Amino acid sequence: MKEKIVKYKWALLMLLSLILVNWALPDIGKSANSLTLSNFGTMLSVLPPIMLLIGLLDVWVPKETMIRYMGEHSGPTGFLIAFFLGSFAAGPLYAAFPVAAILLKKRAKITNVLFFLGVWSTAKLPMVMFEYTSFGGKFTFIHILSNLTVFLIGAIVLEKVLSKDEKEHIYQIATELA
Amino acid sequence: MTTSIFYIVVGILTIISFIKDKTKTKKALKIGFNSFRKLLPSIIPMMIGIGLILSILSPNTVSQLLGEKSGILGAITAMVIGSIAFMPSFVAFPLGANLLSHGAGFPQIAGFISSLMAVGVVSLGLEIKYFGKMTAILRNITALTASIVFVLLVWRLM
Repeated sequence: MKEKIVKYKWALLMLLSLILVNWALPDIGKSANSLTLSNFGTMLSVLPPIMLLIGLLDVWVPKETMIRYMGEHSGPTGFLIAFFLGSFAAGPLYAAFPVAAILLKKRAKITNVLFFLGVWSTAKLPMVMFEYTSFGGKFTFIHILSNLTVFLIGAIVLEKVLSKDEKEHIYQIATELA
Repeated sequence: MTTSIFYIVVGILTIISFIKDKTKTKKALKIGFNSFRKLLPSIIPMMIGIGLILSILSPNTVSQLLGEKSGILGAITAMVIGSIAFMPSFVAFPLGANLLSHGAGFPQIAGFISSLMAVGVVSLGLEIKYFGKMTAILRNITALTASIVFVLLVWRLM
């Protein structure tokens, strides 16, 4: 019981804040309530297939396969797979974290996983089409091209900056959470 | 729409998996459920936190802050709001288009949209839990840099 409370301390704290806001500022509280509910709605509709996919990836894709296609020496293939995985995604960025964790658990290269997160955040295919209709081709084109270039450079630099121990640490915590 | 396609694709994969190997599929379901359970302690406070932030930083407030302001200050404000706020793209894009037609400039919208999608201050706690402090912070700095580059390019080219 005590363990559970410690584990969910942030959730309880947030719930307390929400109650406090409802009590002190009923107007803002009301909209916070409905926004929170709709957030939970989005989360519960987006996460189940992603979680299922993570499970399937875990049992069907052996580590060796992942290392070959996305691992340390995967080269451009790894980048391409990261790109396609990210662009076919659906859902907000937080839903990408557990997917990234399972990729890391199977020893995908950190650069590739970071690039995957970048693509997921910016260049999900359905969102690209929506952006195109909202802001036009030029805007969308500059957005995708500039952001993906920076993400790519950033991912390569980050991998270089991290020491061997730090990388091992990342692989470890990701494995525990996946 | 996208979500339902995703459901169908994963559903088909699960059925194929089940036909090929029952025990493996059961294991997959268990693993999936477990990762979901591990996500809960950090994602529940996030959902409430976003609700609280958005109740103050509503689309209306965002319009007021970015509406007629232009120049560098406007773009910086846009990126700060985008980094903190958290709204799905299907809300953000129409909002951005609406702001444009009400006098906001393309650079400001670029800063808002780009940082909204890639920088996550609210989800930073969760990100740190998954990838460690250093990686999570550096990834967000990279994302912020990407937004700045995008703003500068839009400024010159549009």
